[in-house]
Amino acid sequence: MKLMKSISRGLTVMLAGVAACALTSTAQAEVDFSGKTVEFVIPFSESGGSARWANFFAPLLSEALPGNPTVVVRYRPGAGSTKGANWFQRQKTDDGTLIFGSSGSTQFPYLLDDPRVKFDYNDWQVILASGVGGVTYLPPELGEKFDGDANDLKDIDFIWGSQGATRLDLVANLAWKMLGMNVQPVFGIAGRGDGRLMFERGEANIDYQTSPAYLKSVVPMVEAGRAVPMMTWGGLDDDGNIVRDPTFPDMPTFKEVCEATDGCETSGIAWEAWKAFFIAGFPAQKMVFLPKTASAEVRATYEQAFKDIIARPDFTKLSEATLGAYPQMTGKGAEKAKELATKVPAEAKAYVVNWLQEDYGVSLK
Amino acid sequence: MDLVATALPALGEALTLIFQPAQIGFLFLGVLLGLSVGIFPGLGGIAGLSLVLPFMFGMDPVSGLALMVGLIAVVPTSDTFASVLLGIPGSTASQATVLDGFPLAKKGEAARALSAAFISSLFGGLLGAVVLTFFILIARPLILAFGLPEMLMITLLGLSMVAILAGRIPLKGIVAAGLGLMVGTIGEAGAGGSLRMTTYDIPYLIDGFSLVIVGLGIFAIPEIVALLRQDRAISTTGGLGKGWLEGVRDWWVNIWLSVRSAIIGVVVGVIPGLGGSVVDWIAYGMTVQSSKDKSQFGKGDIRGVIGPESSNNAKEGGGLVPTLIFGIPGSGSMAVFLGGLALLGYDAGPHMVRYELDLTYTIVWSLALANVFGAGLCILLSGQIAKLTTIRFTLVAPFLFMVIAFAAFQSRQSLGDLASLMAIGMIGIFLRRFDWSRPAFLIGFVLSHQAENFANMANQIAGAKFRQSFGTGIEYIASPIVLAILALTIVSVVIGIRQSKNILGNGDTPTGTKRAPMIFLLCITGYLAVALVNALSIDMISDKIFPILVSGIALAGCVALIFRMKMTPESDPLFTDFERGGEDGAAPHGLWSTLSWFAFLLVLSSLLGFVLALGIFFLSFLRIRAGLTWLFTAFLTGSAIAFICFLGGVLGRDFPPGLLQSYFELPWPLT
Repeated sequence: MKLMKSISRGLTVMLAGVAACALTSTAQAEVDFSGKTVEFVIPFSESGGSARWANFFAPLLSEALPGNPTVVVRYRPGAGSTKGANWFQRQKTDDGTLIFGSSGSTQFPYLLDDPRVKFDYNDWQVILASGVGGVTYLPPELGEKFDGDANDLKDIDFIWGSQGATRLDLVANLAWKMLGMNVQPVFGIAGRGDGRLMFERGEANIDYQTSPAYLKSVVPMVEAGRAVPMMTWGGLDDDGNIVRDPTFPDMPTFKEVCEATDGCETSGIAWEAWKAFFIAGFPAQKMVFLPKTASAEVRATYEQAFKDIIARPDFTKLSEATLGAYPQMTGKGAEKAKELATKVPAEAKAYVVNWLQEDYGVSLK
Repeated sequence: MDLVATALPALGEALTLIFQPAQIGFLFLGVLLGLSVGIFPGLGGIAGLSLVLPFMFGMDPVSGLALMVGLIAVVPTSDTFASVLLGIPGSTASQATVLDGFPLAKKGEAARALSAAFISSLFGGLLGAVVLTFFILIARPLILAFGLPEMLMITLLGLSMVAILAGRIPLKGIVAAGLGLMVGTIGEAGAGGSLRMTTYDIPYLIDGFSLVIVGLGIFAIPEIVALLRQDRAISTTGGLGKGWLEGVRDWWVNIWLSVRSAIIGVVVGVIPGLGGSVVDWIAYGMTVQSSKDKSQFGKGDIRGVIGPESSNNAKEGGGLVPTLIFGIPGSGSMAVFLGGLALLGYDAGPHMVRYELDLTYTIVWSLALANVFGAGLCILLSGQIAKLTTIRFTLVAPFLFMVIAFAAFQSRQSLGDLASLMAIGMIGIFLRRFDWSRPAFLIGFVLSHQAENFANMANQIAGAKFRQSFGTGIEYIASPIVLAILALTIVSVVIGIRQSKNILGNGDTPTGTKRAPMIFLLCITGYLAVALVNALSIDMISDKIFPILVSGIALAGCVALIFRMKMTPESDPLFTDFERGGEDGAAPHGLWSTLSWFAFLLVLSSLLGFVLALGIFFLSFLRIRAGLTWLFTAFLTGSAIAFICFLGGVLGRDFPPGLLQSYFELPWPLT
């Protein structure tokens, strides 16, 4: 059954390859993917969140695209995802049989001028942007000291498990620093789940999780009295303002906490830097791109397909388990998200680079 | 017995859920896929799972789970074929099986070794399932008791196995492990991201070497090359010797060994963050330490097969405990499994264990049933597959070269994969030739990352705890679990040092002049010295301290060895050189000419792409080296290419492209 399906799929891939080669010269005006195979390439391995995200969209996309092509997820991991992105930069597929999914881990090296980055987001055409949020939480005894501002948290030695200074955790480290909290990151954990485990074991006394992970694993801890939420990173409205996270409307955002805390400002260079990296890391965390060479018809077809997927009556239900209840942006919204996520003012970038060097001794050269 | 009262009804419900024709069908399909994936060296559970992942979305949850669990459960069963029959670790879970399983196959007792391995796998798998059943309800506090100091201690316990596997000259074993640890540090440091022994100009090395490539390079390539030089079948007797019943009897005689090893497997599997790649080594080490007569280990002792094989299937059941309770994957395949679970609409975690217990228990049943199906099928097939050892190896070798090159390429899909396979293979060949312990090297490599990370992180947290108060700090680093594992480690080292002479080598070994072994030692010393200098140039303490420490110790070992080499005569076992006598020395074909066939394939791939290269390689190899007729040559070449295209197509994997492909657009599979 399934095996036969796999085998026949393998054969289809073979035949499709031969057929595609034979047919490249024929007409291409109408975008119809019948009998074609779309490769959805992600620069990560099979085991990460991006794989989950891509495998969620792949079958839906297959249904939504005209001609119902086979959509296969391909993994090109390496060099913190810059390897796959560099590869995608070199591709010239113009018939829509190649799409690429990037994530915050791809955006951050780009923003920080990592020497491995040989790609340029300006060249890519965005067709979908998926967002996510994040929640900071504390152990109950420290949670008592938090009353909407971080003034009483300034003389506590915080420790937390972090994946690395230049990873997504940068947003958390910078936010806590701006609040004047003394947080020592323990670098080198494999995923945020391990950070949560350190918190549960009492080795760490502060942590944050992305919203789906928070809902799934931290909420039970909160209910059992083992953790207290502190703040969210916030959400983004259509004009690019930070507002309360739609999933957690009762929790204050970092912006609110910062305003209430002595010495923390929601303007100026530090704030601009934090905001830029926050947007790149959360509201526009995962994006789907077509190569620069893809035609306008192909792009329009894909935009429509993603619009159709999101408009499915069962989409909210389907996506909740896998992606969390977050906005999936297409068209103009996706453009705007990409813009915010990949363009950082030069001073803000310099500020972050300097801070990474001073506080963690990390140099990106 | 609250526990039983919760577990039993849910177990019953789960049983009715799984015992439906469709679900059993999917389970069986998963088992078949898992067996087929596991049989190819280097392709593990991840490759198999990502094959079924695209179908998960929208599937009935029980069927989906049955398919995935069936697949995961039997990979460590069928990977034994490669380990025993070919001396190639089928996956990272069966590396230790090679040590005794392969010598048994050479003696012509392949069928016995295989059936002992499968029955041990079956038993371990079932034990793992039983543990999963009850443990999953109570394991939470236990798992939370394993903090970073405890995990560091388990890692050190794993490293202490080097003592027993060090071989004839303990000092050489220590240096080999040090070298493995140092090779493991190549790339971006886990803590601060500093680059070690690489630059941004060599992007390949930034991620370090993958375990698959190192495993294949250290074990597979030296073995294939050595066998190929003989130009005969693997089984020296040409037959299969005792049948599979003998193996089952062997297992029964050693039932307690099997129980113990399975428990080790479960325990190590349960602790998140350790990964399963050390389980078989710990089990092997413990097997040797606890045996009275150690003289046959490394030369074909059936207990050396039963121990690791009982543990590696048990590990899967253990590994599911933290995966399901915390939603934190214990290994790469578990991470993909979690992804598949999400596509089925479920999220692993306390919620699932508490409120979806019947569904959770379908995993247990799937695990148990899959182990029975898998081991049963393997035992049925083992007689037939074992005949592989009676075929002239020259006809098998090109297929193996093909499969391991393909498998290695899957790790990063870069020509760097093929180059590093060749480079590590060379190291493996020299380690083998000069009688340096390859297991020691591999254990060092496997544990390098964990040892460094856990040590760094435990150190930082301990610092913070000590700042709070001295008592809190001590309580943190010297917990009862830490002390208990420490004691175990010390015992293991003491026994190991006392016994290691007896294992992996006694009797006379050929020695030649001092020159060749000395040059190799100097090369290792040189590398370690360069790595030390490189580590010293790093700014961040957290990224430099571990390589400095390890290379310092290993260098001290090298210096001591150099002095010993100066003092001792040429006939000392220190100068073992297998090219100077024995089987290798008398081989009809030279080492370099044989190895260059493999190099030929890799170079050709980098020029013409993999599939075209395979065509030329097969034609020339079979015609020139094997001396076959054109007809037979063409037939084998055709079937090899058809096979690899099928494999690549079904798994949805690319083939290595060459220079040619960067100039011309070619249709699949030539891309």
